[in-house]
Amino acid sequence: MRHSQSTIKDKTDISALNNKSQFKEVITHIALYTELIIMSVIVLFPILWIVGSSFNPGNSLASSRFIPQNPTLNHYINLIQNTNYLRWYWNTFKIAVITMVINVFLSTSLGYIFGRFNFKFKKTALLSVMILQIFPSFMAMTALYVLFLTFNLLDNHWALILLYSAGQIPFNTWLIKGYLSSVPKELDESAMLDGASKFQTFRYVVFPLMKPIISFVAVTNFMVPWMDFIFPRLIISTNSNFTLAIGLFDMINGNASNQYTSFAAGAVLVALPITCIYVFLQKYLIEGIMAGASKG
Amino acid sequence: MKNPKIAAFSSLILWGTGQLYNGQVGKAIFFFVLQIGTLLIELLTGNYFLNEQFAFRNMGFFGKGIWGILTLGTQTSILTERGLSAGDNSVMLLIQGIIAVILLAIIVGVWYLNVKDAYVTAKEISESNIAISSRGWLKKTWENSFEYLIMIPSAFMLLMFVVMPMIFSFLVAFTNYNNNNMPPTNLLDWVGLSNFSRLFSLGNESGTFGGDIWLHTFLHVFLWTVLFAVLSTVIPFFLGLFQAVVLNNKRVKAKKVWRSVLILPWAMPAILSQLNFQQLLNGQFGPINRMLLNLGVIDSPIFWLSDPNNPWLPRMTIVLIGIWLGFPYFMALMSGVMTSISKDIYEAAEIDGANEKQQFWKITLPLVLSATAPLLIMNFASNFNNFGLIYFLTGGGPINPNFIHAGQTDILISWIFKLTLDQRMYDMAAVMSIIIFLVIGTISAWNFTRTKSFKEGA
Repeated sequence: MRHSQSTIKDKTDISALNNKSQFKEVITHIALYTELIIMSVIVLFPILWIVGSSFNPGNSLASSRFIPQNPTLNHYINLIQNTNYLRWYWNTFKIAVITMVINVFLSTSLGYIFGRFNFKFKKTALLSVMILQIFPSFMAMTALYVLFLTFNLLDNHWALILLYSAGQIPFNTWLIKGYLSSVPKELDESAMLDGASKFQTFRYVVFPLMKPIISFVAVTNFMVPWMDFIFPRLIISTNSNFTLAIGLFDMINGNASNQYTSFAAGAVLVALPITCIYVFLQKYLIEGIMAGASKG
Repeated sequence: MKNPKIAAFSSLILWGTGQLYNGQVGKAIFFFVLQIGTLLIELLTGNYFLNEQFAFRNMGFFGKGIWGILTLGTQTSILTERGLSAGDNSVMLLIQGIIAVILLAIIVGVWYLNVKDAYVTAKEISESNIAISSRGWLKKTWENSFEYLIMIPSAFMLLMFVVMPMIFSFLVAFTNYNNNNMPPTNLLDWVGLSNFSRLFSLGNESGTFGGDIWLHTFLHVFLWTVLFAVLSTVIPFFLGLFQAVVLNNKRVKAKKVWRSVLILPWAMPAILSQLNFQQLLNGQFGPINRMLLNLGVIDSPIFWLSDPNNPWLPRMTIVLIGIWLGFPYFMALMSGVMTSISKDIYEAAEIDGANEKQQFWKITLPLVLSATAPLLIMNFASNFNNFGLIYFLTGGGPINPNFIHAGQTDILISWIFKLTLDQRMYDMAAVMSIIIFLVIGTISAWNFTRTKSFKEGA
C-alpha cells in the first residue's frame, strides 16, 4: 500500500517536473534554431548576393539585385567569349597541379626523415625550418623579382610554381612529421630488420600509412595558387598569363570601369568547385589540421 | 698500406686525387669534376683574359660576388661618347653576391667532405687491408646518408627561394636603397644602423617628413596591428566555440546541413569573399547601404570602409568581416574535437550525477581548449600578417595625413607593401620586416619549442 502511494506521488512529481522541463526543452529548441538561422542568414547573405548578381542583367554594382528580375547568363557567356577567363582558369589549374605534385614529393620525404631519423643538426634544422615559414615570403619581393629577372623567369608560370613549392615545404614537413609520430615506429623498424633499405621502407611501408595526411597536404597545396594575389601580381604581366586571382581583381579594381557582375560570374565559377571540395572533404581537412596541431 | 695523411693532403689540393690513391675511381671522378666545374664557372663567367688591368669587377661569379657584397659597386653609369656606359648595379651585385656566398659555403662543405673521406677511407684500408670499390661505397653511402641526400632538393629550393630573399631583405635594411637612390642610376651604400635610428628618430630627420613621424606612424600602425590580430583571433575563437556547442547540441537535427552552411566562409576562397565585401560595403553604390536606406534604417549612406572622420568605423568593419571569415574554421575544428570525445566519459559523468552544464564545463571545454590552443597562437601569427583582409577591403585607407604613407586601417604588412611597391622605400620596408620577424618569430618559436614533438622528437 505504502509502496503504491509513493509511486503515485512520484508520478505527480514527475509530471510536474515534466511540464517544467518540457517548457524548458521547448525554449532551448527555439533558442538553438533561432541562433542557427540567424548565423546562417549572416553567412549566406553575401554569398547569395554574389550568386544573384552574376545572373543580373545590368553591369554595375549599383543596379545589382539580390534576386534578378530577368535572370540572364550573359555575364558567363561574356566571360568566356570576351575575356581570357578560361585561359586564367587553365593557368591556375596547371600551376596548382604541378605545385601539388612537387610539394607532396618533397615534403613527404622530408617529413619522413625528420619523423624517423636522428642525425646531426636535426633540432637546428627543425627550428630553422619553422622560423623560415614565419617570415612572410612576400617581404622578399624585391629579391625574388631580381632573382627571376636574372634567370629570365619573369612572366613565367614556373616562377610561381617554384615559389609556392618552396614556400610550403616548412609547414607541410611539420605537419607530416607530426602525423608520423602517431604511426607506430615498430612497423618500419621491423621492415628494416627484414632487410629493407631506408628508401624501400619509406616507399612500401611508411608512405601508404601516411595517406590521410598526404591527401590533406595535397588539397591545401592545390588551393594556394587559387587564392594567392601578391606573387602573380609581382611576376605575371601578360593578361593571357594571369591567374584567376589577379584576373578577377582587375575586373573590379582595374582601370576599366567596374564590372561587378562579370566579377561575380567569374567568382562563382571558381568558388563552386573549391567550396564543394572543402565541404565534402571537411572531415579529412579538420583531421589534418588537428594532426598538425596536437601531435605537431 | 695507404697513408691517410697523403690521401687527405692530395685531396686538399686536387679534389678526388686522394680517392684515386685509395683506388676509388668513381668517387675520384665525382670530386674532381666538382672542383674543375667550380673553377671553370669562376673562369668562364669572369673576364680574366682581357688585356686590361686586373679589376675585381672582371672576376667571375664567385670573386665578383664577394667583391659586390662588400662594396655594392663602385662605378655609376656615366655618359660617354658611345652613350650611357653600363655601371655597377648594386641590387644585382648584392643578390648575386648572396647566391655566390651560399654556393661557396656549400662548395667548401663538399671540399671538407672530400678531404675527410680520403683520410677516413685510407685509414680503413690500411687497418683492414680491404679496398672498397666506389660502387660498394655508393651503396653504403646511400644507406648511411639517406637522410642527408633526401634533404638536398628541398634544402636547395629553400635556400634559393626562401633563405636568399630573406637574407637580401635583411641586408637591405642596412643600405640606402630607396626612391631617392635607385640602382642602376645610383649606387647603394652600406649605411649601418642609420635606418633603424631614423625609425626611432634618434637621428635628425630633415626634409618633407620632419621630426618623429616614422616613430609616430610605426607606433600607431603597430598598436592597431596587435589589436587587429588579437580581436580577429580571439572573437572568432570564442564564436567558433559557441557555434560548435550549439551545433553539437543533441537537440539539433540535420547537423550536417547546418554545418555545411556555416562552414561556407572557410570553404570559399578568402580573396573572393574579401573582394565581394569590398563591393557590398561600398559607400556610394554598395547594396548594403542601398538596402538600409530603402528600409529607412539610415538617412544617409554609411561609409563603412572609407569614413575619413571616424577611423574606428572602417577598423571595426574590418574586424567584423574578419570574424565572418574566421569563425567557421574554429567551429569546424572544435566540433571535430567534440565528436571525437569518447561517449563513455559522458556516460560515466551522468552516472556520477553530473548535469549537462557540468559536463560541458568539466569535460568538453577543457578537452577542446587543450586541443585547439596551439592553433590559437598560429592563427594570431597569421592574422598579424593578414594582408588580404586589409588590402582588399580598404587598401589601408582612409588616408591619415599624419602618417607617413600609411592609412588609418593599415597594418604593418600592408604598410610594408605600400612602402615597397608604391613608395619604393625598400630600406625602411626592410627595417619593418625585421621588426615583424622578431615579434612573430619569438612568439612562434616559443610556441613551437613547447610542443611535445619538438621536445621528444628532436
